[in-house]
Amino acid sequence: MLATPQTIDIMKHRYGANCAGRFQELAFGEPLAIDDAVVTLYPAGHILGSAQVLIEYQGRRAVITGDYKTYPDSTAQPFELVPCDLFVTEATFGLPVFQHPDPAAEIARLLASVAAQPERCHVIGAYALGKAQRVIKLIRDAGHDAPIYLHGAQEKLCGYYMEQGIDLGDLRKALDRDKDAFPGHIVIAPPSALRDRWSRRLPDPVVCQASGWMTIKQRAKQSGVELPLVISDHADWNELTDTIAATGADTVWVTHGREDALVHWCRQRGLTAEPLYIQGREEDAGE
Amino acid sequence: MKNFAALLETLLLTPSRNAKIAAMASYFQTTPDPDRGVALAAITRDLSLANLKPAALRQLVMARVDPELYLMSYDYVGDMAETISLIWPASADTSTAPLPTVAAFIDTVEKLPKAQLADHIASLLDAAGPAERWAMIKLATGGLRVGVSARLAKTALAAYSGQDLGEIEKIWHGLEVPYTELFAWLDGTGPRPEIQHGRTFHPMMLANPIDEARDFDRLTPADYQAEWKWDGIRVQLVIDGDSSRIFSRTGDDISAAFPDLAAALGGHAVLDGELLVGHDFNPLAFNCLQQRLNRKTPAKSHLKDYPAFVRVYDMLFDNGEDLRDLPLSERRTRLETWMVTHAGPRLDLSDLLAFASWEDLATLRAEGAAIHGHEGLMIKQRSSLYAAGRPKGPWFKWKRDPRLIDTVMMYAQRGHGRRSSFYSDYTFGIWRGNEIVPVGKAYSGFTDDELRALDKWVRAHTTNRFGPVREVEKQLVVELAFDSAHDSPRHKSGVALRFPRINRIRWDKPAGEADTIETVRALIG
Repeated sequence: MLATPQTIDIMKHRYGANCAGRFQELAFGEPLAIDDAVVTLYPAGHILGSAQVLIEYQGRRAVITGDYKTYPDSTAQPFELVPCDLFVTEATFGLPVFQHPDPAAEIARLLASVAAQPERCHVIGAYALGKAQRVIKLIRDAGHDAPIYLHGAQEKLCGYYMEQGIDLGDLRKALDRDKDAFPGHIVIAPPSALRDRWSRRLPDPVVCQASGWMTIKQRAKQSGVELPLVISDHADWNELTDTIAATGADTVWVTHGREDALVHWCRQRGLTAEPLYIQGREEDAGE
Repeated sequence: MKNFAALLETLLLTPSRNAKIAAMASYFQTTPDPDRGVALAAITRDLSLANLKPAALRQLVMARVDPELYLMSYDYVGDMAETISLIWPASADTSTAPLPTVAAFIDTVEKLPKAQLADHIASLLDAAGPAERWAMIKLATGGLRVGVSARLAKTALAAYSGQDLGEIEKIWHGLEVPYTELFAWLDGTGPRPEIQHGRTFHPMMLANPIDEARDFDRLTPADYQAEWKWDGIRVQLVIDGDSSRIFSRTGDDISAAFPDLAAALGGHAVLDGELLVGHDFNPLAFNCLQQRLNRKTPAKSHLKDYPAFVRVYDMLFDNGEDLRDLPLSERRTRLETWMVTHAGPRLDLSDLLAFASWEDLATLRAEGAAIHGHEGLMIKQRSSLYAAGRPKGPWFKWKRDPRLIDTVMMYAQRGHGRRSSFYSDYTFGIWRGNEIVPVGKAYSGFTDDELRALDKWVRAHTTNRFGPVREVEKQLVVELAFDSAHDSPRHKSGVALRFPRINRIRWDKPAGEADTIETVRALIG
């Protein structure tokens, strides 16, 4: 398993110390020769330690983005643009309806709602890896320093981010706490827990979800979300198209999402573009 | 427009009824006329705009963005207003041009010549953010679909003003957009609006189901009158000389579907009764009436085979005089007098049943169901005033005992609101040969404890998942109660049940002993 040191740490936290036969760390920007090719990792800006892979071979440069975003995020290394000939891009939000707003404005809406309804608690559905930490950090950056309660699934990785020097403030376990502790406070839980038995302990919660999908109101409604927060760790349509243009690539392979629209956009601009369907990837998988 | 857009978003997303009421109440309180009135009309669907068609909007957006990308996006989002509001290219500066108010926006859409309308809308979409674009497109194309009924909007009017909901209902149907007089009255700055009672619909008074165990002990038979509960549809006849109108329970004008009846009415009155079909006042089955409903104009054969008539049981206005604040006994006398001169071939009076005790009435009810197929009884306090809505106490319905069948649970789906973490909506089936076919859905009739138990059972016996729906092992027998069974080509079993609900969970009973299609078919009619 070749990965950045932080990615390897996170894998071990999530899947156990022996989840891969062998780990090999590779720091950002350090070239590694593998046979005739040279591999270098660059920050993808998606979550802590996430990387794009540059492969150089016989004078041609290919970049595989993995999940990425270019929007600034103080819980992840900033995305670095890597010029290349072949660009293999994700397309989670590869439709022009996805234009993510400023996350600080979304957090401001959240905090206004918390202030306006002190008798309720706000429970935010956020994926345990990356999204939870980013949301907490954004809340802290907005000046909210009250305790934030965590679902058990969030604790390990929040702890790891803290060890890595990302200050998430006063975090407490939501488990076994009295109902009276929650009103006026923010609780973070995995989206799957929001509508399941776990949430029954919360007093009249305002159900929030932090995700790029929350752009679509009907989708928020269908998932029972009362306060949708459009906060995404994936590039939106504008970031995707701007990045493709900025790499200078003449060939684009599109994967992980709505390939068709992005392929169409590339071809309209004279680029060679193909969808790259990767097996085992479900539509709308987590973000 | 900003506040209206925020209101719509809250209404769409908040699951709580009280929160919806609070959001609307605050909007009505803080928004000036005529904006709040236009918004109210938009919410209660009393606003009709025909000028801006979806096709025109589609053209507009396709001129701004790559049509292929628009179509792919629409395909994904599934809602035109939302797709356009999100995909519309953000203009560099949205702060300069102020957006019109709700009323000004509607006014322009209605009055601007079609040739100029598209450009005007485009300039507004440029000036707006996604939320306001969404609100404007929703307004312009009608049909907000934010999960608010007219009744809930009126409840919010009552909440913000402190006026009685019943008083608002009394005048509602005589008011016109943008409801300036109504708001003046609600604000306490004007008199109660006068409406033309002889021409408008008046909200109906509804009955509550009787609680046999509790109610009869405290009710004195002599204080009540009883009638058969007819299996038709409740209507209000607003008779104004030669022009008569027939309104459904919700205030929809259904006169066009019943020209035979409308033409036969005369005089000046507002009557309450049951619309039925049949010859010589002999009502035919509800299915026959149903064939005449939901049709703009009736088929000739229906006029001949299923002539409409009304069995009247109450009188709201007599020659312009409002009788609603008189006791039922006096209204009944007035109705009887009026009927002497106006009955004719399409109107007859609902008979009062003679009884001395509740036991007498119980006997009548059982005989009526067994011999004549009556749906049950209506029991009304003789002193009751005619109050809109469903006041607790004065009027009761006492339905015949429900039909019962044993069914097998087939599918379960999560509920909404308070029940959103529970599998609380179920599909039940019955045996047809060796297979189980769905016969109905039910999501009521159980206690909270039973719901927990059912939820646990569903989770432990899931065999398959289809999105939000779980298929379960065909093991659990549930006794369903329902009012009646009907033929239905739409259901796989060929039978539809009216008002199915869970009567008992038969944890003990094996699925093989559940009822068969033959048993259920025998209950049709």
